[in-house]
Amino acid sequence: MRPRIQLLSPELIGRILREAFELLMNPGVRMGSAPVVELLRSAGVEVGVANNVANNDGVARIPEPLVRQCLASAPRDFYLYNRQGEKAVHYGGDDVHFDPGSCCVQVLDPDTLEARQSETRDLVRIVQVAEALPQFAAQSTAVVCNENDAPSAIGDLYRLLVVLQHSDKPVVTGSFSAAGLQGMIDLLAADSGSPENLRQKPRAVFDVCPSPPLNWSEFGSHNLLDLARAGVPAEIVSMPLAGGTAPVTLAGSVTQHAAEVLAGITLHQLAGPGSPIVWGGAPAIFDMRTGGAPMGAVETAMLNMACAEVGKHLGLPTHGYLVATDSKFVDAQAGAESARSAMLGALAGINMISGAGMLESLACFSVEKLVIDAESIASAQRLARGIEVSGESLATAMFAQTGLSGEFLKLKETRALFRQEQYLPSPVIDRSARGSEPPRDVFTRARTRVDELVSKYQKPPLPEDVLRRFQDIVDRETQRAVAAAALPRN
Amino acid sequence: MCDGSQCYDFPPGYNARLIVLIPRLISQGGSVSDPLFGAMLQSIIDGSPDKAAELAQQALANGVDPLEAVNRGFAVGIKFAGDQFGCGEMFLPDLLASAEAMKAAIKILEPEMLKRGSQREALGKIVLGTARGDIHDIGKNLVATILSASGFQIFDLGTSVTPEQFVAKAKEVDADIVGVSALLTTTMAGQKAVIEALDRNGLRPRVKAIIGGAAVTSKWAAEIGADGFSRNAIDALELAKNLMGKGTAQA
Repeated sequence: MRPRIQLLSPELIGRILREAFELLMNPGVRMGSAPVVELLRSAGVEVGVANNVANNDGVARIPEPLVRQCLASAPRDFYLYNRQGEKAVHYGGDDVHFDPGSCCVQVLDPDTLEARQSETRDLVRIVQVAEALPQFAAQSTAVVCNENDAPSAIGDLYRLLVVLQHSDKPVVTGSFSAAGLQGMIDLLAADSGSPENLRQKPRAVFDVCPSPPLNWSEFGSHNLLDLARAGVPAEIVSMPLAGGTAPVTLAGSVTQHAAEVLAGITLHQLAGPGSPIVWGGAPAIFDMRTGGAPMGAVETAMLNMACAEVGKHLGLPTHGYLVATDSKFVDAQAGAESARSAMLGALAGINMISGAGMLESLACFSVEKLVIDAESIASAQRLARGIEVSGESLATAMFAQTGLSGEFLKLKETRALFRQEQYLPSPVIDRSARGSEPPRDVFTRARTRVDELVSKYQKPPLPEDVLRRFQDIVDRETQRAVAAAALPRN
Repeated sequence: MCDGSQCYDFPPGYNARLIVLIPRLISQGGSVSDPLFGAMLQSIIDGSPDKAAELAQQALANGVDPLEAVNRGFAVGIKFAGDQFGCGEMFLPDLLASAEAMKAAIKILEPEMLKRGSQREALGKIVLGTARGDIHDIGKNLVATILSASGFQIFDLGTSVTPEQFVAKAKEVDADIVGVSALLTTTMAGQKAVIEALDRNGLRPRVKAIIGGAAVTSKWAAEIGADGFSRNAIDALELAKNLMGKGTAQA
C-alpha cells in the first residue's frame, strides 16, 4: 500500500471545480494579447472590449463545455527524456520527482554567510551537484547569472545553455519574455537533433505563469501558445497568494488556482491539441506581517497538495513548489520547513516538486542546502514507498535460521534486502558515534559533500556540431535581443 | 580514518561497479595480475563464502602457494571491503559477508599452509568479551569477525565476562591485546574493572587494553587508562594493528 494524504473530499473537489468554472464566466479571465483574443474568439469565446487598447487586452468568458473539451485533449501523462533519449521523468499517476528550485538571483556564500548576486559559476556548481544526486530526476535553470559578462538580454537562454552544457538530465526551465522562448526551443531542438526529435522525446518542460488573479498576460499566454505549437511540454505555474492576490481561505485560493490553470489549458489545447501540459503551481499564503509569500509555511504546503489533488481528479500531470524555506541561513528552520514539505509533497503524489536548495522565500539559493534537501527528499521518497512485503513469510523464515541467536546481521536476507528496506544516507546525515575528532554540524558536512561531488563531476562530452549550433543560436538571439532593447518604448 | 583516497562513491547497486574496479585494484596491488587472484578478491568483495572456498580449492589443485593466495588474492579483498566500509560505501551486512567469505577461504587453505610450514603470520593474539553484566554482543562479534578475517588470532570469551576471566585467558594464551565491549553506560564500569585487574596482575603495559561500545568515548578511554578505543569494527582493526606496530600509521 502506497501511503497517501488527501486534504479534499470528493464533494469539496466538486465544489472547487464548480466555482472555478463560474469564475471563468464571471468575472472571466483577462487576456493580455490580440492573438490570444483572436484564438479564443475563433473558438466561440466571448471576449469583452479591451480595457487597455494599447495592450489589446480584454476579458474572456470561457464556457465550461469548451474547457471540458480542452481537458479531454490534454494528455494524461507524458515523459521527459535525458540526453541519451531514455525516459527519465514520468509526469502522470502518483509518480513523484524532485528538481532544484528555479530562478534565484542570489546565492548564499558559504564562507561569508551573506547573500550575493548569483553568477555563472554558481549555476555550474548547482548543476554539477544536482547531476550527481539521484534524488533530483531533473535539473532546473536554478539561478540567474548576473555577472557583467553574462549577456543579460538573453539571460533565460544563457541559463538553459549552461545547464545543457553541464547536464544529461531533463530540465525544468522557463523563458523571461514572449520573444525569448523561441531561442530556447531552438537550443533544445539542437540538443535533441531536430525539432521533431524534441517533440517526440522532450528533454525540458517550461514553466509558464499566469498573473493572479485570473490574468493571462501577453508574455505568459504567448509562451503557452508557442509551446503548444512546438509540442514542448508546458507547466502552468499559477501562484495565488491566499489573502493577498487570492481569497484568504485555502479552499478559495485552490479555486482561483483551478480557474487560472483551466483557462491556461484552454488556450494551450486550442493552440496545440494533445500537447503535453502540467497542472502546476506555486501557491502560497500571504504573510500578514511581512506581506511576503512564506514558502515554508505549512499552509503553503497544504495549498500545493490541494491544488495537485484537483489536477489529479481531472487526470492531469501535476507540479508543485515545495522543499523551500523562508530562513536566510541553512539552519534548523530551513531543515524543518524543507523536510516537512518534501514529505507532504511526496505523500500527495505530486509528479514534479520544485524548490529544493532555496532560501529566503525563493530569493536565494544555497547549494549546501541542496545536498541537505536531497537527504530530506530521499527520506520522503522512502516514506512514499511505504511498507513492502518481500518473500512468503514476514519473520518466521528468518527465525527458522537464527533461532534465538539474534544473528540477523549474517542472514542472506539481510544483505539482500537492507538496501531497499532502509534509505542509506550520505555523510551529510550524522548518525555516527562520538569519536575522537570533534563532531561537525550539518552545514559543515554539507560543504564537504558539495566539494566532493564537484570534484568527482565529469562534464558530458557534446558533439562539436551541437556546440556550433548552440553558438549560432546564442549569437542570433543576442542580436535579436539587443535590437529589440534598442527600439523606442512608448 | 577515511581520507577519501579509497572512496569511489558508488551509486546504488554497487556490485556491478566493483567488477569495473578490479583492474584498478589489481594495478594498485601491483603483483596481483593472475586472474585467479582477481577472482579471489572479487569473491571476498561479493561476500560469497561458497565462491571463495571453491577458488581456494582451485588454488590448491593448481599448486598455488596458499600464502600467496591469501596475500595476493583474498586479503586484498578484505582490505578493500574494510576501506569501503570506512568510506560508507559498504555496510555491516556486506562487511560481515566479506569476513565470512574470508574465513571460508582460510579454512580450506590452512591445512596446506601448516603442511608447508608457511602459516600466515598472526598479527597478534586478542582476547575479547563483553563487560560483566552486559549481554549485548553484536559489536563485539563484528570486531571478532573482522579482526579474525584480517589475520588476528581471536579468543572470544563471549558475554558478561568477569575481570578474572579476562586476566586468566590473557595469561593462558599470552595475549597481546584484551578488548572489552560495553553497550550500556551502567556496564561501562566493567571495562574499568578489567583494566584494573590487568594492572593488578602485572600484565600491562605488555598486554594492551582496548574498549568499545555505543556509549564509549575517547574521554572515557583516557579516564580509565585504556590503550585505545574504537567506534566500529574497522576502526578496531586499525587500532589493533597500530598497537601491534603493524598499522598503516607506522608503516
